[in-house]
Amino acid sequence: MAKIIELKKVNKWFDKFQVLKDIDLDVSSQEKIVICGPSGSGKSTLIRCINRLEEHQEGNIVVDGTELSENTKNIEKIRAEVGMVFQQFNLFPHLSVLDNCSLAPIWVKKLPKKQAEEIAMNNLKRVQIDDQALKFPGQLSGGQQQRAAIARALCMEPKIMLFDEPTSALDPEMIKEVLDVMVDLAKGGMTMIVVTHEMGFAKEVADYMIFMDEGKIVERAKTKEFFENPKSDRTKLFLSQIL
Amino acid sequence: MRKIFFIKPNISNLNICLPVGSFLILLSFLDIFLNTFYNLNPSFFIIGPVNKVLPLLLGMIGFYLIRIEYSGKKYLDIFNKKINLNNFNALCTLIISFSIIKIMPIFLSWFIIDANFVGDNKDACTGSGACWVYIKVWFERFIYGMYPASEIWRINISFILIIVFGLFGLFSNEKIKRYLILYYAVVYPILAFIIIYFLVSGGVFNLEWVQTNAWGGLSLTFIVAFFALIFCFPIGLFLALGRRSKLIAVRYVSIGFIEFWRGVPLITVLFMSAVIFPLFLPSGVYIDTLVRAIFAIALFEAAYIAEVIRGGLQALPKGQYEAARSLGMGYWKSNYLIILPQALKIVIPGIANTFLALVKDTPLIFVVGLLEIVGMTNLAKTNPKWLGLAMEGYIFAGLIFFLICYVMSKYSQSLEKKLSSER
Repeated sequence: MAKIIELKKVNKWFDKFQVLKDIDLDVSSQEKIVICGPSGSGKSTLIRCINRLEEHQEGNIVVDGTELSENTKNIEKIRAEVGMVFQQFNLFPHLSVLDNCSLAPIWVKKLPKKQAEEIAMNNLKRVQIDDQALKFPGQLSGGQQQRAAIARALCMEPKIMLFDEPTSALDPEMIKEVLDVMVDLAKGGMTMIVVTHEMGFAKEVADYMIFMDEGKIVERAKTKEFFENPKSDRTKLFLSQIL
Repeated sequence: MRKIFFIKPNISNLNICLPVGSFLILLSFLDIFLNTFYNLNPSFFIIGPVNKVLPLLLGMIGFYLIRIEYSGKKYLDIFNKKINLNNFNALCTLIISFSIIKIMPIFLSWFIIDANFVGDNKDACTGSGACWVYIKVWFERFIYGMYPASEIWRINISFILIIVFGLFGLFSNEKIKRYLILYYAVVYPILAFIIIYFLVSGGVFNLEWVQTNAWGGLSLTFIVAFFALIFCFPIGLFLALGRRSKLIAVRYVSIGFIEFWRGVPLITVLFMSAVIFPLFLPSGVYIDTLVRAIFAIALFEAAYIAEVIRGGLQALPKGQYEAARSLGMGYWKSNYLIILPQALKIVIPGIANTFLALVKDTPLIFVVGLLEIVGMTNLAKTNPKWLGLAMEGYIFAGLIFFLICYVMSKYSQSLEKKLSSER
């Protein structure tokens, strides 16, 4: 399969502290990858580099054939193709859920309003909150907000979806409804990179697991192998604590 | 208190406590009232210092008696909760209301009872109170300045036109709504300028040319405040964005501009606009004093507005910027669609504050020879026929400013309310 994301020798520093060390990563189209690791290991920074919410200082990142560089137009093009879901949802509180979803298609993709709202409604239906379309984000529960955020990202019809700990800010009861949506999405063939501690979810959908520690990719393995037969001691220790 | 009073007011003796308490409170207020307005002392039979504090004492006992928790009477409960929660609370209530009653006659007599309203010269003012005749006679000057009396209709018409064009936004439908910002930011100011330029200034269409130094009074206050407000907001907005820009040149120019204008007094800025600025203009180019003054005020207040807006921009969580960026929105789109609508909503009180300050700064244009309403009262009080009436003039001007500012403040509050309900 074609490589849709390629990272080569990516290094990144926050001031003098190195957060990413020589990251090499290939992701093929339709692959699902789950990244796990202790906090501060650089997982979030890594996926934020993929749509350049963070800038890397060394190495190359190529997304869908476009190299990420200073060129602003390139970045905006990539961002329109890469959907991102945040830990804190980051819905726009001054807009209704429907407007949250239709805003970017109207202003970035220049779709007519009617068509954009149709797409928005379809995606809200997909995450099962189409009945909340006219409410404001503040009126929804955490789980509903996160599903709305997923729908918002889907409305741009992205080729890749990035999830940055999408369930970490949720009540246990609401985690499931969000994970269900993500499982659905995975079955639909979306390319996904997910940072999460939900190992059940990882076992169910991930093609590959990546374990990061101290800015490095410690282990990259097929999901089954990763859980049953981890190679490095650091991974074993982590898994023994989390499972 | 419990030791002094054998009755502990509660719901079982409500029938006794409520009427007795209310009666005592009534007595205390009656005493104060008769005292202040009719100079009577109903409690003359009580001598010594007790006489002085008698109303307070009666009131306190009354308040104590009616302080019944869960009386079952809705209004009594609200009353007790809001102004009769404990002895201290009751004391404050009494002292404040007594003070208001005590002060009232002083105001009433000066403003109304001993004031003169009829007549057309200073000799008509015989009372010891205010001489409102002065305001009446000078009213037209206070409103229109030295504008020729026969041409005043031009000011009226132009103001009506500006208001009508300003209300345009209320009657727009969905289709026009998206162009409203463009209308108010660009078209409306130009339209207003054209109206003022051609109608008030004149010189065309057989209208007599009226120089700006003949303009004055309240109408000039409005003109200066209106244009300064309209210009200072967008300038401030771009300065606020500029100060947070990644482009170093833009950022430092913005910082320099803001710090410079915040660091100099408005009165010096106005002086410079009048004296120094013309020296920089190429010969033959002349910019009217009024225009220069308006721009001086607008730039001055823009620096303040910029800092207020920057506060709002900083208050937004970083996630909002990131979410906008992650959807492929560029700098302008994310600011216009996501950041500014939220940031501006947060800083409405701050913006209103700055706008009020701007309106109240307009009298300073006297330093460039323009006399708005305060300037006109200053001028009028030196008229030999009307000497010694400064107080009335300033109070009148103060009231007008209070009215303008109060309306603006109310509008900002309603705007805040309207926008917060959308959340």
